Amino acid sequence: MATQQEDRKLVFPGDLIAEGDYYAGDNTFKKENRIYATRIGLATKDGRKVSVIALRGTYEPKIGDVVIGKVIDIGFTNWTLDILSPYIAILNASDVFRRGFDPHRDSLSEVFGIGDIVLAEVSQFDRTRDPLLTVRGPGLGKLAKGRLERITPAKIPRLIGKKGSMITLLKAETGCQITIGKNGYVHILGKSPEAEELVSLAIRKIEAEAHIPGLTNRITDFLRTRMKASESK
Amino acid sequence: MSINIIPQITRERILELAGKGRRIDGRSLTQFRPIKIERGLIKKADGSAMVSIGSTKVLVGIKIETGEPFPDTPDQGVLMVNAELVPLASPTFEPGPPNEDALELARVVDRGLRESKVLRFEDLCINPGKRVFVVFVDIYVLDYDGNLFDASALASIAALMDTKMKPYKVEGSEVVWIEGEPVPLSLQHYPVSVTMAKADGSLLVDPSLEEEQSADALITITMDEQNRLCAIQKGQGSFTPEEVFKSVQIAKEASSYLRERLKGG
Amino acid sequence: MIYKRIDGRAPDELRPIKMALGVLDKADGSAYVEHGGTKVLVAVYGPREVHPRHLASPEGAIIRCRYHMAPFSTQERKNPAPSRREIELSKVIRQALTPAMFLELYPRTTIDIFAEVLQADGGTRCACVTACSLALADAGIPLKGLVASCAAGKYQDRIILDLNDVEDKGCQADLPVAWLSTTGEITLLQLNGLLTEEEFQEALNLALKGCRQIYEKQKETLMNYYTAPAKELVSETGQEGSK
Repeated sequence: MATQQEDRKLVFPGDLIAEGDYYAGDNTFKKENRIYATRIGLATKDGRKVSVIALRGTYEPKIGDVVIGKVIDIGFTNWTLDILSPYIAILNASDVFRRGFDPHRDSLSEVFGIGDIVLAEVSQFDRTRDPLLTVRGPGLGKLAKGRLERITPAKIPRLIGKKGSMITLLKAETGCQITIGKNGYVHILGKSPEAEELVSLAIRKIEAEAHIPGLTNRITDFLRTRMKASESK
Repeated sequence: MSINIIPQITRERILELAGKGRRIDGRSLTQFRPIKIERGLIKKADGSAMVSIGSTKVLVGIKIETGEPFPDTPDQGVLMVNAELVPLASPTFEPGPPNEDALELARVVDRGLRESKVLRFEDLCINPGKRVFVVFVDIYVLDYDGNLFDASALASIAALMDTKMKPYKVEGSEVVWIEGEPVPLSLQHYPVSVTMAKADGSLLVDPSLEEEQSADALITITMDEQNRLCAIQKGQGSFTPEEVFKSVQIAKEASSYLRERLKGG
Repeated sequence: MIYKRIDGRAPDELRPIKMALGVLDKADGSAYVEHGGTKVLVAVYGPREVHPRHLASPEGAIIRCRYHMAPFSTQERKNPAPSRREIELSKVIRQALTPAMFLELYPRTTIDIFAEVLQADGGTRCACVTACSLALADAGIPLKGLVASCAAGKYQDRIILDLNDVEDKGCQADLPVAWLSTTGEITLLQLNGLLTEEEFQEALNLALKGCRQIYEKQKETLMNYYTAPAKELVSETGQEGSK
């Protein structure tokens, strides 16, 4: 569905965004035949569905999402990870130690220690229990080196860009590998700390200006100016 | 008040009936549960009263002692209201210092008594700036089945009506109790509170515990015998302005009934 | 002869108000409100897991709200330990915000709201509710609407709006009110003082009028914050500017 800039009106909680025969989409609620915004964001219409793209808010886990988590605790048979959501996430030892996991022999802390950054997929979640993660999958596992940045989950589409245009631009201009967790952590791995820092700054710029048109051009200028400046040093 | 799980079917029944102007125990929307007021139970206190509204039981004891006045009212006696949600009153009350519910209860009852000027505080002055009488109103909740505000306010005023001061003479800046008949306190006003629960748009007077737990919102309105408002406290939930004005109207009649009961004893 | 108050205001006039969003870095949401001489700062954390676990509710988020006055906020130093009044107001403020929230969306979590009064000049609980509302929106917590709060009262036999500290201390009645924009419902209502029915009606309507004006100011603050010209994060020399 092509995105339209025209209908992206800035709305605040309690603002009336539609009246009549509409459905309440994300970040809205319906009272009688009126639809109101529940979060600060940009109102959009998709047929008869009215939604708000939130500019603020935590990550809400969904099964299948690939996220980046930080190990904050190690238990007897599992790790506990912070995935920037209201709920902490669990990664079971059995997910890593495939055959016959023996807590006396197999040391969890040798696989992932406190503070380690892990790329994982949400395998189970319903609101009655904490989300369950898995690292069984291509590319999943510990992210050993590089830099970690944060972006509001709602702005990730902007970081990716139309058909991936923005993320491709960032990678091309800086030569860095960039992994975006759906939960708002972004992992950056580059040939130099300066390149990684540049991506970091670009992400914060996107975060601050996501709702202002012309972002792609501004980021392009920003990256090229800075890359030139560092090359001439 | 503390978390207490009410059966969903009970909550639904209460709301369903409320929408039709009826209640789960057969009362009308503006009716109190049976009220019992007993005075003078605690002989060691200067005044006391026990009030039951349905199964809710509150005992209030009054002790009059001497103390220092507040700096900004040097020639006035002091009123101190305290409330204890005693653990024996409910499976959900825990031992410990007063929690937010106990504090709110004490402060709302206090406001009703103080703002209505239930006593002439100037009469309680012994030595301006140095010594005044301190009236301690201690609210002891013994059984919790909803509507602690009204039971506590009613018991407080009943206890004050029961309070007698021992005769005394002033020596220097100290008070010395002497022989003689104790003198009843002279009350100037009779504030009582009326608590209402909003359930499915209807206002239910004197909510039982189950009604409190099912309610969308709660409000307590304190009025004196001249229908002056002495305190208002909205609890959980929200009200439209129209609902607020309506609750004041209901409170007028209901508080009148409570004062009748006070006189009847 | 028009009645002029101590600070020159008309009976139905609000004090000057300042509002700001996103003022704290570590909090999930934050706001600062100045209402005349009253200055309050609010931080919101959450929704996040509850510890100790037994406090958690399977039905929805719990709200923990703390209203607290800084020791230097009042003329005489205030003891930092929570007073009875602060505990009551913490509850009252929590109950003013709860109707605006969708707690059922986040079971087993807590939304922690910390309201600090940095300077007290009357109407502190109202300023806190107004600021809490903005801080919750800043944190991206789903809301039915914004809650705006204001007090009316009776002073020298007149019904007035937005009492300052002097009026508050010497008033015959103080009526703090909070109002939820979407439904027009009252979420905070207390009376401290003595009013006849007619006076109450006048005072409540006046307070609601004040709340509506404060709501407009909240909207204006949000709009300015989100449409501010893009701040350059990196200056020409490559030095990182403020975030």
